[in-house]
Amino acid sequence: MTLPTEQFILNIGPLHPSTHGVFRMRVTLDGEIIQDVEPVFGYLHRGLEKLCEKHTYKQNIPLTDRLDYVSAINNNWPYVMAVEQLAGIQVPQRAEYLRVIMGELQRIASHLLAVGSLMNDMGIFYTAFMYMFREREKIIDLLEMVTGQRLLYNYMRFGGVSMDIPTEFLPALASFLKVMPGFLDEYDSMLADNEILLSRTKGIGVLSAEAAINASTSGPMLRGSGVKWDIRKTAPYSVYDKFEFEVPIGSSGDCYDRYRVRMEEMRQSLRIIQQAVVLLPAGNEKQPVPLRLRPAKGETYAQIEAPRGILGCYLVSDGTEKPYRCHFRAPAFINLTVLRNLLIGQKLADAIIIFGSIDLSMGEVDR
Amino acid sequence: MEIESISSAEIEHRESDGIEVLRIASQHPIPDPDDWLDENIKRNVIFTTVDAALNWARKTSLWPVTAFTACCTFEFIGASSSRFDIARFGMEVLRASPRQADLLVCAGTLTWKMAPQIKRLYDQMAEPKWTIAMGACAISGGIFHDSYSVVPGYNHIVPIDVYIPGCPPRPETLLAGIEKLRRKIEKESISKPR
Amino acid sequence: MTTAVDYNDLVALLQKQFGKGFTPATDYVEMPAALIAQVAEYMKNTLRFDFFDMVTAVDYSDHFEIVYRLQSIQNNSLASFKIKCSKNTSVPSLANLWLGANFQEREIYDLFGIEFTGHPNLKRIVLWDGFEGHPLCKDFKGKVYDTAN
Repeated sequence: MTLPTEQFILNIGPLHPSTHGVFRMRVTLDGEIIQDVEPVFGYLHRGLEKLCEKHTYKQNIPLTDRLDYVSAINNNWPYVMAVEQLAGIQVPQRAEYLRVIMGELQRIASHLLAVGSLMNDMGIFYTAFMYMFREREKIIDLLEMVTGQRLLYNYMRFGGVSMDIPTEFLPALASFLKVMPGFLDEYDSMLADNEILLSRTKGIGVLSAEAAINASTSGPMLRGSGVKWDIRKTAPYSVYDKFEFEVPIGSSGDCYDRYRVRMEEMRQSLRIIQQAVVLLPAGNEKQPVPLRLRPAKGETYAQIEAPRGILGCYLVSDGTEKPYRCHFRAPAFINLTVLRNLLIGQKLADAIIIFGSIDLSMGEVDR
Repeated sequence: MEIESISSAEIEHRESDGIEVLRIASQHPIPDPDDWLDENIKRNVIFTTVDAALNWARKTSLWPVTAFTACCTFEFIGASSSRFDIARFGMEVLRASPRQADLLVCAGTLTWKMAPQIKRLYDQMAEPKWTIAMGACAISGGIFHDSYSVVPGYNHIVPIDVYIPGCPPRPETLLAGIEKLRRKIEKESISKPR
Repeated sequence: MTTAVDYNDLVALLQKQFGKGFTPATDYVEMPAALIAQVAEYMKNTLRFDFFDMVTAVDYSDHFEIVYRLQSIQNNSLASFKIKCSKNTSVPSLANLWLGANFQEREIYDLFGIEFTGHPNLKRIVLWDGFEGHPLCKDFKGKVYDTAN
């Protein structure tokens, strides 16, 4: 005897108990299996690109911080690089190395938060989250020592960085670099072979390499599917060609692989920071640049490997002191395109895990 | 050695004197020793007003519901994690459901698309309820105040009790703001409805 | 190192396939809007440009310019295109070729008003349905909320 059934539309969001931000999914369910997903966002659309046209070039740097607020230093970088390309500003070597050190520290902090939130979604009610926040606080202390801010740093400037590191920064960084691998080992001992984690993430949300490339995913999502595409290696910017590091890739493209890629990337970031500290040259931390910068007329595009993917800035200048058009290629926004294909056919409980493994930051999705 | 010899009549006379003395001295009962009772009352019974008791209960266990929209979220989470610890203020119970909460923490920029949801959240909370506007975007729209889609401050949508400035405010600032809210709750009275 | 293709060579190749209309520049190839769908299909299937990096639009008062960036992961190369379209015209959509174009084209429709024909789900994405106007156009007047400034 077959039971008559009906499809049921469930609304998840926009205020999640988990920390992914204001995102809404209208899910059509048949029992427990998802038939269709419609993502609805724009609840944090603050009109950043239009505001960029109202302000001068320097006034836009704090605005870019608010794009992906979890990893704020990396958001300044493509904008600053784009303006430097247009205006022909050279960046001193010391500033480049400082940018790399801060950017990689921020990458570790961002991945800690991503993995912590994923564990939270899985039901480890805040335990792993609190452990990872303990390390994130250490990184935030280091960044606060240099920039004075805890979350939205406004650190990069055209032609360098805004201030040089104080004398107590390098010893503090050295002691952090000594203890951090131990903490990463602690997480691996708790989580990597954990039966519940394996059963909830292995084989869930499989994204094949062709589908990932077709959907323009980037970052750990693309690398988890086995595609070795990291802008730091394929199109090196700043001084990344001077460092030795590996690009971890996954094999099957499921949630477990994306989680492993993020954990391994944290170890590689520690390697990069160690090399950068050794190679750090003396010099100026920034080039003097006019206050009201008027770059040459033209357009340019600059991209970096942000923790969530390829973050790019397309900048059009008309020779005045305000940008004519400033567009941000936001990785989280584009990675979200594949959500619908990943969720159809899965159970509702798995949907939350898949969504957590994409690792969104709504400031970037909505801009 | 001389032994005094007393006659039995003399013994009885002396004993009856003693009884008379005791009888005259014992006309009134000895008051019960209740000093120890006084100490116990002082330790176990508190005299207060209804207002003070109610306000104390309300202010020390504010349960937040979180209108987490943007960056200030992570300073709130930093405040609730082990370093700054809002659990010592009774607030670690972050309820996802507004029906079980009494403090709305508005953290982050509010856009017009999100505003009806916040209003709904606020209306669903049961009295007594308080709100905190955290961060520059929540107070006045902040760095985005002149954007086409941003509400210039949560106080256009819900009434706010405490404004906490900062972009984002440090966890210590948030704790100072919560302390201000507790001082405000102390001054409330059940005879004057909010 | 991701290298941009030699745009003169690319223009010669495309002109052989599709006829006139292509203009090379230092960083991009400019082409007529009507040809974009066929050229995109050629770039994807024949020249193996499988990664759709970005599409965005710029408002130049009397016309729009739409900028495309395509990358090839196998060859580590990059090709950039630009098309000009006048206001109130529509452009063929590339969302059926690359899934990555889907949300980006919806965003351009939302913020500029350019219609993409053939898009599976063309509706507003970051703003709400009842919003009047397209904010990133240069002639968009005012905010939704009027304050003293």
